[in-house]
Amino acid sequence: MNALSWSYVFMFYLAMLILVVGVTRKIIQYARTPAPLKIPTTPAPVTKAGVVWRMATEVVLFNSLFKSNRWIWIFGWMFHFALLLAFLRHLRYVFTPDCLIWPLINNWLVLNAGKYGAYAMLFGLAGLLARRFLVDRVRYISSPSDYLMLILIMGIAGSGTWMSFINHVDIIQLKEFVLGLLTFSPQALPTDGVLLTHLTLVLILMVIFPISKLLHAPGVFFSPTRNQVDNPREQRHIAPWARELETGN
Amino acid sequence: MADYEIPKLKEYPVIPVLQPGVSAHLKPYVAKADFQTALNFPGELVENWEQKAIDKIGELKGKYRSLQVFLDSCVKCGACTDKCHYYLGTSDPKNMPVARQDLLRQVYRRYYTFAGKLFGKLGIPGFVGAKEMTREVLDDWYSYYHQCSQCRRCSVYCPYGIDTAEISMAAREIMDSIGVGQKYCNEIIAKVFKIGNNLGLPQPALEDTLLGLEEDVKDATGVDVKFPLDVKGAEILLVTPSADFFAEPHVDGLMGYAKVFHEAGVSWTVSSYASEAANFGMFIGSYENMRKVALRIREAALELGVKRIVFGECGHAWRVAYSFLNTLAGPFDFLDPNYPVPQHICEFTHDLIQKGKLKFDKSANDRRVMTYHDSCNVARASRMGDKPGGQFTIPREIIKAVCNNFYDMPPDTIGEATYCCGGGGGLLTDDLMELRVKGALPRMEALKHVVENNGVTHMAAICAICKSQFTKVIPYYGFKMDQIVSVHQLVSDAIVLTKQ
Ligand code: HEM
Ligand code: SF4
Ligand code: SF4
Repeated sequence: MNALSWSYVFMFYLAMLILVVGVTRKIIQYARTPAPLKIPTTPAPVTKAGVVWRMATEVVLFNSLFKSNRWIWIFGWMFHFALLLAFLRHLRYVFTPDCLIWPLINNWLVLNAGKYGAYAMLFGLAGLLARRFLVDRVRYISSPSDYLMLILIMGIAGSGTWMSFINHVDIIQLKEFVLGLLTFSPQALPTDGVLLTHLTLVLILMVIFPISKLLHAPGVFFSPTRNQVDNPREQRHIAPWARELETGN
Repeated sequence: MADYEIPKLKEYPVIPVLQPGVSAHLKPYVAKADFQTALNFPGELVENWEQKAIDKIGELKGKYRSLQVFLDSCVKCGACTDKCHYYLGTSDPKNMPVARQDLLRQVYRRYYTFAGKLFGKLGIPGFVGAKEMTREVLDDWYSYYHQCSQCRRCSVYCPYGIDTAEISMAAREIMDSIGVGQKYCNEIIAKVFKIGNNLGLPQPALEDTLLGLEEDVKDATGVDVKFPLDVKGAEILLVTPSADFFAEPHVDGLMGYAKVFHEAGVSWTVSSYASEAANFGMFIGSYENMRKVALRIREAALELGVKRIVFGECGHAWRVAYSFLNTLAGPFDFLDPNYPVPQHICEFTHDLIQKGKLKFDKSANDRRVMTYHDSCNVARASRMGDKPGGQFTIPREIIKAVCNNFYDMPPDTIGEATYCCGGGGGLLTDDLMELRVKGALPRMEALKHVVENNGVTHMAAICAICKSQFTKVIPYYGFKMDQIVSVHQLVSDAIVLTKQ
């Protein structure tokens, strides 16, 4: 174990802590904040099951985005779907072959979809970035951080693709490093420049997740315009602070 | 006619090129101290208002999940940027929904997020889209949060359902809380508290008007159709926008409701105490004021001992009635549980049509070729009937039952995609005329389309604000005032009165 490996071990634990604590705190905040009025964007489902379906179409298919802008939808959906595939492919670093779900992770489909999906991810991200530069309306609403976020993720995807196609790294040693983190018995990290870049960028992404617009991922589930049942006449809906007004007079 | 350029109606809607600041000068008059204090707001800009505004953001985001989630979640994807009629009509980038939200979001980010505080300290808050609370920001708020009709069109198209209406309501409440209110809305709410309706019509004036209407209907039809006021023990309390009592074409709609009640053989009454369906408390985002206005309806219903509540044609009023009334002034367990509380007049009429209880002479409307404007609050913030989308089918089925000629405007301008009339959300005031004219552009283009392709002559609406706004602005686009009609005006013209 050299100093470099130790510092990555330390940074990973710190980033993980920030990510988990930060996102959990946000989720608790969203869940605790009352929604005092019924404000689903109508037509809205009139049952809970309907709401689950509506939410599923939003999260899986980006239904509203599909209605509003085909280009953003294509680029955005490609990027997110590829992100999911990449995530699945990375599970093989975390699980061991004696694990029950191993065949689900370590098979031809998951490994190849994740590998080639990286191109789709880069393509989608490039499209989103191009829109930010080229469409005057999107340029107007973009801050430097919006560009950097895309560049950061492109950096992650780019360095990852580089490793899977061109500059292969010692994934056996990498896996030992990851398992070491999980079992609190730190192991050495392969000292490969591309890998270190890849991991550093991932660390940055983890840290900024709870303090940036990446909160859209938990946020979408709490959006009252999408997750409320349209039944205000049938069921009285009232927030605790609003009920207090009633006892006041 | 005007000292600004009226937008040209184009064949196909065009997304305009940004013209920063072109509508910064459009701002409504500020409320005088009396009207501020009547609503429990400070009379003028308070000391240390910057900090108080920041604190108010904190308070509101703790009370409204929508605000907290919406402020955090926007990814600046840009999907909403071309969805607002005010942007399409003015080209001002701050009228793009996300840019409008950002006026508040930048302050939230500066004072309530780690990233904003950090980069604020470094002196570059703009790096993460944050900004200090300054006079310039407040001026932008006052202009652009009064250039949002809270129509929710943007929320349909946002992947997270971010509703700019929620943000602009919060912003108006923040401004009210530091003493900068809007004259039009706040005066009206004060009038409701004092007299019972937006127009300040006292009981005797209302009585006169209703008697006059009885005479008019008698002259035209020979039938005694009643317009009862403050009748105890009536079955139905009709709550309708006060514009229905005298404005054109609203009043023709009111005659329609009266004739339908007459044919249904039910007793009904208007209340002088709750002689207003509108609830401008919603426009200023004030739960307390909205509740106070809504409670008048509950009190009137109890006082008169009615069994049902029916609302007349009004868009935002129907939102407050359908979506909020039970919350604000419920529970309504003292009313007849066999009927939804409240009911829309269109639901009432539609139900009778379905049961075959109304007779129509459709040829009475043959001089009209109709189209129908979905009002935003009915379309995207409420429902009619028991199926989602009933708010689109029920009014159309009524029109088709009483008219032979009906054509819809292009699909991307109706239903959930409907464009606002340009005067909703508390902007129906003469000091915002330029904005109102420009904001009507997308609807006018859609109307022109069916006028030219289908020979449409009239557009029906079920919202008092839409009707007032259209009659005022369509002349700017070469149409005539009387091309706007109430849905129940069509019912009124075609209904065959079979009872004496
Ligand atoms: C529940 C899961 C998620 C949903 C439903 C979701 C949905 C969306 C949608 C609809 C957009 C707008 C379209 C676009 O620009 O792509 C978006 C943007 C974005 N998402 Fe997600 N997302 C999720 C999770 C994530 C995660 C885990 C990341 C982490 C890397 C992420 C990163 C981004 C970024 C960076 C953008 C902005 C793209 C741009 O700048 O244009 N998303 N997301
Ligand atoms: S609510 Fe309507 S008026 Fe307001 S920003 Fe959205 S589209 Fe524009
Ligand atoms: S559509 Fe929603 S997420 Fe995208 S820029 Fe507009 S408000 Fe933000």
